[in-house]
This record gives sequence, C-alpha cells and structure tokens, in this order.
Amino acid sequence: MEPLTSKKKILIQKPLNFAERMYLPALGKGLAITISHFFKKEATIRYPEVQREMSINWRGMHSLKRDEDGKERCTACGLCALSCPAEAITMIAAERKPEEKDLYREEKYAAVYEINMLRCIFCGLCEEACPKEAIYLDGPIVPSDYLRKDFIYGKDKLVEEPLVKK
Amino acid sequence: MDISFVIEKFILVAIIFGISLVIAMYSTYAERKVAAFLQDRLGPDRAGPFGILQPLADGLKMFMKEEIIPTHANKWLFMVGPGLAMLTACIGTAVIPWGSPITTAAGRVIPLQVTDINVGVLYIFGVVSLGVYGVMIGGWASNNKYSLLSAIRAASQNISYEVAMGLSIIALLLVTNTMSLKEIVDMQHGWHWNVLYQPLGFLLFIICAFAETNRAPFDLPECETELIGGYHTEYSSMKLGFYLFAEYINMFVSSAVMATLYFGGYNYPGMDWVLTQVGPVIAPLIGTAVLFAKIFAFIFFFMWVRWTIPRFRYDQLMHLGWKVLIPIAIANVIITGIVIAIVEKF
Repeated sequence: MEPLTSKKKILIQKPLNFAERMYLPALGKGLAITISHFFKKEATIRYPEVQREMSINWRGMHSLKRDEDGKERCTACGLCALSCPAEAITMIAAERKPEEKDLYREEKYAAVYEINMLRCIFCGLCEEACPKEAIYLDGPIVPSDYLRKDFIYGKDKLVEEPLVKK
Repeated sequence: MDISFVIEKFILVAIIFGISLVIAMYSTYAERKVAAFLQDRLGPDRAGPFGILQPLADGLKMFMKEEIIPTHANKWLFMVGPGLAMLTACIGTAVIPWGSPITTAAGRVIPLQVTDINVGVLYIFGVVSLGVYGVMIGGWASNNKYSLLSAIRAASQNISYEVAMGLSIIALLLVTNTMSLKEIVDMQHGWHWNVLYQPLGFLLFIICAFAETNRAPFDLPECETELIGGYHTEYSSMKLGFYLFAEYINMFVSSAVMATLYFGGYNYPGMDWVLTQVGPVIAPLIGTAVLFAKIFAFIFFFMWVRWTIPRFRYDQLMHLGWKVLIPIAIANVIITGIVIAIVEKF
C-alpha cells in the first residue's frame, strides 16, 4: 500500500551482541544503579509527625475569624454559601440579643454554620465572596475520619479560638 | 551414646531451629526495608523503633485472619502442602557446619554441626528437591487453575535448574574430593575459598539457587501479574504464612549452603592468629559470626537482585536453564577435570 504520510520510519532491531546475550554486564549495571539509590535520601515525609512546607497561598481547612475584640465577624449573609460551587456550606441566621454583644460583631449572626468537608473542593470562592473577612482557608489539611457525618464541620470546629484577654 | 550427647544435640537443634525462624522472620522485614531503600522510600517504621516489631505484627495478623479452605479443594493435601514446605525448608540446616568445634575447659569437644554425614552435599540436594513438593501439593490441592499452573511451573523450573546445579557441584566435588560439608569447609582454611578455584561453578550455582528458591528473577511460580498469587492463591491465614515463611527459610538455607561450599563457611583470613589470641572457646564463635555475616551478605544480595531486575519470561527461563547453564556447567566439569589431571601429573 502507498504510504499515507512521509513520516514512515523503518525500525531496525539489531540482534543482541555477545555481551548483551550474556545478561551479566547489564545485570551488573542494574545492580549498580539500584545500590546507588540505597544511599540516597528518602523522598518520604513521615506525615503526621512531619508536615510538608505549604506555599503561602495554599488553601486548607476553613476558619471563621473573630475581630480584634474577639467577636465573631460572620454576619450570616449567605454569600459564601451562594458562591460555593460544591454547595458545601449551609447556615442558619439568628438575631443577636443585647447580652450577646461581646460575642458577635453585627446584629445578625450565624447560629449554625456547617461546611461539608467531603463536598468542599477548597476553591476559595467563599473566602473571596465574604464581605466581612470572616472566612479564610488558612488551616491545615482536613483530617481523615470514619463516618460521613463526622466530616460535616460545625462552628465548634470552624470558629477561631477566642482571644486571650490581657 | 551418653545422655550428655543427646542433650548437647538437642540444644544445638533447638538453637539452629530458633535462629533460622528468627532470621526468616526478620528477612521479611529486611526485604521490605531493602526494597524501600532501593526505591528511595522508608519502609515499615511504625511498629516499634525503626519498625523492628513489624514481623511480629505481620505474624499476629496472619494468625488472626480467617482460615478458608475452598469447598472443592482436596482438604487433606491442602493442609499437608504448607506443612511440607515448612518442614523441607527447616531440615536443610541439619548438615551445615556452623563453626569449628568448641573445646571446653573440661576437654570436651562440642561440634557446632547437628550431624556430619559423609554425603552432606547429596542430603542438601535431596532436601532442596523435596521442597518443590510443598508447592506442587499445595497448588494441586487448591483445585484452582492458576495454582495448578504455578505448581507446574515450579516443578519444571526446579527440575531444569537442579540439573545445572548438580553439574556445577560435580566440578566442586572434583576439587574437594569429598561430599562431607565439614571436610569441604575445613579444606577452605584461611582464605583458600572454593570460589577462587571455581568462580564459574559459583556463578552457575548462585543462578540456580535463585531459581530453586523461587526468587526473582525466577519467581515465575508466584508472579502476580499472570497467576494472581501463584500456588498460594487459595491459601489464607497461617497456611499462607507458612508458605511465605518457608520461602525465606529456603533463602537462608541456600545462603548458608553457598557460604559453606564456596565462601569458606566459618573460615576467614587470619583465623589462626585469632585462635592464638582468644583461645579455643571464643575463636569458633567468632568463626560462626563470620559465617553469619556471609549468610546475611548473601541474603542481602538475594533482595538486591529481586528489586533490580524484572522477571524472566517462561521460555527465556527454560532457554537459560537448558541451553545455556547446562552446557556451561558441563564445560566447567570437563575443564576442571583436565586441570586437576594435569596438576596431579606434574
């Protein structure tokens, strides 16, 4: 048949010469390569004890921020939930009572704020959408768990530790 | 036969049995560590410091696993298989001289060898060729086509390589003039190791040893890509453990045999000087330590090769065995014979 392209290349397989048929020189070469790796540094990171350096813009677990007085910044506007492409965020808003003034910055706050970490794709759109600078993906890697329900993180896991009063 | 002789032998047997089991256990750990280091990894390091308790954890896992005997398997043979593999792996150590005899202060000579039979080499051969029965019986009794194929491969491979192995040993026997392992070792006093007189024979022997122990690159009976698990596909729990364990004991025994036949056993250069320095009780123990160092070096070599080269194809295996190794072995026998005849004549 006429060749369809001009790129045809005939491969010539040379018969093995004596040294190649002996296997042994090639075997020695292979053994030398592997033993050189024996003394090289391991690429492994002992994960739970040692953690890899992450880049500055690396996105990990979410945290809900507090302001300089230790009040929660989130006002339960729902923009993060709206922007979330994976629909991982749900929240229930509540009205702040007068005695809760130290706890929440705005008059409206999130009584329930849940992120399903199995749905989350760590895109960071919630962080970008938030008008109150209340949510950042600055945490560590989300730890593993056994049950699906344990991956739905509530406010107990998400909200930052309160500021220590001086 | 006095009672102290029986006690002495019993203790020696118990020690050797224990040592070979412990070495086999830690060979599994060493294999994983060596594999890891050769591949720039860490290997098991969670159980205990550096993971040294890993073999115990593995053993416990094997014991705890569910025991499954397939419905269509031949139950009796299915159970005999792993036991036979283990038995034949263990009895090979009986004729290996582990050290020169210890002379105690009371003048009693304790040989560090269970039995010095005058056909020690033949005994080793007999035991090694029995080893394939465990694999064959297990593979056949499983009533599984993969196991059966693996058993057939194991049998044909062992038969093919036993011929070349035997021929390489014949050349060695021409040099040593004896079949007793004790005498063979004593002839290699100091640095007169047989490998210097029989380098080609040693090369043939080590290649055949790889094939006989079903180690890579000749691990065709258990190649996962073709035969699932090979002859132990249907095995679970401690029966599987026995098969895996027997393989490592075989590796230990063949390393010991190679060290004994070709690398001078417990002999090392300067041993006479050491004997005058430390006395007749400590010196044999140093010799034993040297022997074990040689054995560990061989075991490391086994692992090193396994993680370096890929598996042979079945026809390449047969080609290598029958068309390459056997002619070379025969040529080796003839050349050795001629050289010995010439040396003796002049």
